[in-house]
Amino acid sequence: MTLAADLPLWAALLIAFFLLIGAGLALIGSFGLYRLRNFYDRIHAPTLGTSWGTAGIILASVIYFSVVESRLVLHQLLIGVFVTATTPVTLILLSRAALYRDRVAGNPDVPLLHPLTTPLRTSSPENNPAAAHENTDEIKE
Amino acid sequence: MSATILYWSVTLAQIALGIAMILALIRMIKGPRAQDRVLGLDTLYSNGMLLMLVFGIGTGNSLYFEISLIIGALGFVATVALAKFLMRGEVIE
Amino acid sequence: MNSLFPYPLLTISLLITWLMLAGFSFGQFLLGTIIAIMAARGLAALHPCDSRPRHWRLLFRLAGIVFYDIVRSNIAVAQIILHDGKKTGKSGFMTIPLELRDPMGLAILAVIITGTPGTAWVDYNSARSTLILHVFDLIDETAWVNLIKNRYEHLLREIFE
Repeated sequence: MTLAADLPLWAALLIAFFLLIGAGLALIGSFGLYRLRNFYDRIHAPTLGTSWGTAGIILASVIYFSVVESRLVLHQLLIGVFVTATTPVTLILLSRAALYRDRVAGNPDVPLLHPLTTPLRTSSPENNPAAAHENTDEIKE
Repeated sequence: MSATILYWSVTLAQIALGIAMILALIRMIKGPRAQDRVLGLDTLYSNGMLLMLVFGIGTGNSLYFEISLIIGALGFVATVALAKFLMRGEVIE
Repeated sequence: MNSLFPYPLLTISLLITWLMLAGFSFGQFLLGTIIAIMAARGLAALHPCDSRPRHWRLLFRLAGIVFYDIVRSNIAVAQIILHDGKKTGKSGFMTIPLELRDPMGLAILAVIITGTPGTAWVDYNSARSTLILHVFDLIDETAWVNLIKNRYEHLLREIFE
């Protein structure tokens, strides 16, 4: 905290505001992860921390380093770009893996393989892991 | 005055992110299923990344930025590999 | 797009990223330019899908809409978690038929839907063009369909198709 004494008051207040918003949202997100009851509910909770949680802390960091070094420091924004691009990828992969596992396990709460039509064949997707497997490949096309 | 504001906000943010990491860790340990554990690990990673950024503000050292970039990159790769493992039962096919 | 310098936008963003990480100097600028051009040519060699946005102004409008929606849904989801996170049965899966076919547009839609707290992209069936989503706060199903089809998909179709 050696450089902090030189900060003007408005900068300190802005940094404190964004830091507390960011950390608070990350905390609420993790709290939701801990508290919610099933996996598909929980998958919504960490996005709080990765959207405005990250944005708040990055903005605080940009303001702090820009004021302290008296020039525009923007490289923290790269973390924001990176997190915005990667979080959806991990969450989509995870939720598809969970859906696949639930279909194989025959969990009745998850949607069927072909939701708009009732399955015609006698073997429903839940009893036929190979069919569910095929469907998961289609998104890659 | 501004030093006090900064000190307390950084401390509070560190405490909040520490608690967030503990909650994610609890979810990782409790499960109940493998996908919950992976989601807990992913949240743990991203909270750790944010904590490093807050350390950077607290110490005025921009080296922490690089640490958090590495944590973010490794966390992404780890979660993708684990999600693929959950789906297929193997990472390398 | 010519064969020597494909993907000019990607090249410039890679160069900017490089300079932000390494600091600006003439040597870094030269090195970053070389690496960015090589990376763009490497990407061109992989032959990714070749769809690019037609209307840049609409893309910025979409970014503004998404920014606003992320702020709004952050507040909404945080309130639900803090007040009645223990109540279950309000969340659920939804199936939406999509008319958007462009791979780039679908990728952007996936990022928007998953990045916004409260909605998660679960599975997309490209043979049937149906999307399965999980919605955290499934009180009014038509409102969510309306949000995705009119607010995002309509704009994305105008941009990419």
